[in-house]
Order: sequence, then structure tokens, then C-alpha cells
Amino acid sequence: MAMQFYASPEQVQRDRSEYARKGIARGRSAVVLTYEGGILLVAENITTLRKISEIYDRIAFAAVGRYNEFESLRRAGVRMADMLGLSYDRRDVTGRALANAYTQTLGAIFSETQKPYEVEICVAQVGASPEADELYRVTYDGSVMDEPGFMAMGGQAEAISNVLRERHDTGADLPTALALAAEALGSVGGENGQTRTLEAKQLEVAVLDRRRQGRAFRRIADAALTSLLGHQTVAEAELGDVDSAPPAPGEAKPTISAASADTETPKEN
Amino acid sequence: MATGFDPSGRLPDFFTSTGTSSFTQFLSQAAPEMLPGRRPLPPGLSGDVAPHGTTIVAIATADGVVMAGDRRATMGNLIASRDIRKVHPADAYSLIGIAGTAGIGIELIRLFQVELEHYEKIEGAMLSLDGKANRLAAMVRGNLGAAMQGLAVVPLFAGFDLSPADPGRAGRIFSFDVAGGLYEETGYEAIGSGSLFARSALKKRYRPGVSTEDAIVLAVEALYDAADDDTATGGPDVTRKIYPVVMTATANGTQRLSDEEITTVAERVVQGRMENPGG
Repeated sequence: MAMQFYASPEQVQRDRSEYARKGIARGRSAVVLTYEGGILLVAENITTLRKISEIYDRIAFAAVGRYNEFESLRRAGVRMADMLGLSYDRRDVTGRALANAYTQTLGAIFSETQKPYEVEICVAQVGASPEADELYRVTYDGSVMDEPGFMAMGGQAEAISNVLRERHDTGADLPTALALAAEALGSVGGENGQTRTLEAKQLEVAVLDRRRQGRAFRRIADAALTSLLGHQTVAEAELGDVDSAPPAPGEAKPTISAASADTETPKEN
Repeated sequence: MATGFDPSGRLPDFFTSTGTSSFTQFLSQAAPEMLPGRRPLPPGLSGDVAPHGTTIVAIATADGVVMAGDRRATMGNLIASRDIRKVHPADAYSLIGIAGTAGIGIELIRLFQVELEHYEKIEGAMLSLDGKANRLAAMVRGNLGAAMQGLAVVPLFAGFDLSPADPGRAGRIFSFDVAGGLYEETGYEAIGSGSLFARSALKKRYRPGVSTEDAIVLAVEALYDAADDDTATGGPDVTRKIYPVVMTATANGTQRLSDEEITTVAERVVQGRMENPGG
């Protein structure tokens, strides 16, 4: 007769936690911190697959861990926010409601499925002043924490947090806040414990701009990011845009036609 | 709103699934009752139960498009509203106006605005102008059942094309029929009860490559002509200072003419008609 193995619930939970934590620690980190003009979200990311994105007018999302898992959570957040905003009003969509949905979902996945999600996410909501900003950290097991003005996620988050804790200043301007975030992310992962200097192309950066009306999310990249990292200020209008890259150039065929453009090329004589 | 109670507290699967980037498609699973056209209607015609919106005009200009709408909603022979707003921005570079059953039209506008923003957020990119028009056509098609029972709504869609096939034609106008047919228009278009008169006015006065300023005057003149001959279209109301809503979409995004600007234009048009009622 086959041996029946018994694993205590504590053991099962411990194993799952350890599995999730290991998975998260393998990836690169992200930090979120408040500054005078809003909330800054910075992730170390060399790919075009995004870790930071817009959820709603004053709410952004940042995540570390497995891409496929946090991407589906991000979609769920956008869907939920848009649905709430359409049924009630845009002002009635809150970061707390989203954090609650995430904690329930991640908690259920953690306790009910074989494999927990290897993700850690941040829901950030910008307020009228740094004191009114809200940062929620939701972890793989569904626990949620309201963070005081700054947070780090991912591999060696503890060490990164220590740098932020010492130097974080809610009155700092954007270049200063970005320099701190880049330094904190670079404080780990160097060879022999050395610090690293991160360049513009290694960082994914976005802000929730406190002073903007409507959609406060702005992605900062390329020239604007390079000047900010060089400690120059950048005019608000040039910071960047919401996620709305224009599509590829149009084709000279009627909109109602679903055929590809090459099926309509005029005949050459 | 939450549909289907899952005892674990987990968000239902259609929230997290990859399937679609379309908000309306998501709603059709999550909350179909929030989509116009998905609600059961009593048999028979019900066109007279709700106010109707009337005339909208759109004009392609050298820099983009201008769209204007009168402010009247009617219910039979009564004026249901003097200051309804029927022209709205669909997103940062496009405009939408509606004619027909006002309630469903406004719902369609709201849904379309969320649809476009939702796609931007999910995909991290904007839809092409053709893509937006096709989406709107699908949404109008979804309302066909209600349209057959008298609750028809027809939008007019116009926008600045950020990546046009022909760089000289960045301002583009699309019209629709109740069955969801989509037609790209050249130059100008009008919809609603007064559209016949507005279109005739534009036919005589429109010139390709017209400037935005001139097109604004043309649009207000066309609405004046529509109001002149159609009781359901409201003319400039000088006693209450209620003038058409005029919006533009150019490379700088969408803008609504301020109260002062439209007052100046409308008063000038009215002044001109004092001397020559035919315009």
C-alpha cells in the first residue's frame, strides 16, 4: 500500500510563501515615492514590457515578479476602475477599492491554488498634498499595507527601503526624488556589494502629477528622463504623455474594408 | 455592479482574462445591462417616450475638424431642453456628436469615451482614427433592436488623424446609419432632423482647405439655416445667451470654444441675418 504523506497546513503555507518570495526576489526591483509634485514610480526595466502603468485619473499601478501574473492583475484593475467610473462618477474610483479587490484576489489565489502568484504590487493614488497620497502594497499572499510615503518591491527590497527611509523627503522636487530612486535601486545588485549607476535606458519612470486635471499619469522617457537624471528640471508640458502612442501610419483604403492594403493596390500599366 | 458572487472573494475570471482590450466587450460579460441595446423593451414603438436631440454639423478644415451642435431637445411638439449638450470630445483628438433619442445617445457617448480610454490604458497605445470609427459603428449596430422600436440614435464622429494615409487630410469625418453602417465623408456632414438644411447651406459655402476660424462661422451659419426651417433645431437664443456648442480637433488636441468666443461668432451671424435673412 502506498504511503500517505501528511503535510500540516502550516507547512503548506510556509512552502508556498517561500516559493513566491523566491520568485519575486529573482526579478529586478521597483520603488514608489511621494515628492512635492506628486508620486514618482520607478522600476528597473530594460525591456519594453511595462511594470508601471496607469489605472485611472489619479491612480497608478506598479508591480514586480512574474509578468504574466501581474499583467492580468493590471488588466483587472483597469477594467474594474473603468466600470466603477462609468457606473458612478470619475471621482468615485479610489485606490483603496482597487487595493481591496487585489488583496481579496491574491489572498484567494494564495490559499486555494497549488501555485501562488509570484508578484508584489503597488496601488498609488495621488492626493492634493503629499500627506493625502496613498500607497498600498499588496503582496503574493493577499496582505495589504498602507505605506508611509515610499516603498520598495522586488529583490533586496529591504536594502533599497533602507536607502529610501534615510533620505526620503516629501518636499523634494522631481529631479531630487528621481535621483534618490535611481540611487536606491542602484544600491544593490553591483558586483562585490558595489553600488551601480543606472542610466535612462535601464529605468522605467512615470509620475502621477498632483497639479494636473483629469488623467494625472505621465510616462517619462527619452530626452525628458535624461535631463531629469542630469538634475535639470523639465517643464511640466514636456514631461511626457499618457500612454497614447499614435498608431502606425494609415493605409490608403476605405475604413469599411477589412482587407489588407495589398489587396487594393492599383493595377500598374 | 459586481456580478456573480465568488465566495473566495476573488475577482471573477472575466476581469483577469486576456481576451479583449475592448471595454464594451468586457461589459457584455461582466454587466450586459450596462450596454444600450441589451435591455429588453416592451413590444411596439416607443419613440415618443424620451426627448430627441437634433442637428449636428462637422466640417473638415485645413488643420483638423470643427463640430457644432444646436442646444435643443424635443419631445413631440414640446421643447424638452434648451441647453442640452450634444457634442463631446471622444478622446484627446476626436469628437462625437449625437442625434436621435437623447438618453441613449448620451449613454453611447459615455461608453465610447470609456472605450477609447480603456484601450489606451490596456494596450499602452491609441487606436487609429479608423479603428475608433469601426468601434463606434459596432456600438451603433448593437442598438439596432432598440432603433427598430423607435429609440434610434445616430452619431457623427470626426477627428484629427495622427497618422493619416494622406498627410493633407488629417481632419476626417465619419457618419453612421442605424444599422451600424460606417461612411467616411469628404469635406462636411450633418446629421439629425435639420441636417437637410444644414447640409444644403454647407454645400454652397464650404471650400476645401477652409481655415478653422472660417469653418466655425460656417458651422454656426449652417445651424442657423437648419433652425430657420426645422422646428426641432434650436437657433441662437440671444435672450438667454444660449449658443451652439462648437468644438475643434487639431494637432493640439480637442478644444471647446469658450462662451465669449461663441457669443461673438453667434451674435455676428445673427446680425448678418438681420440684414439678409437668407444668409
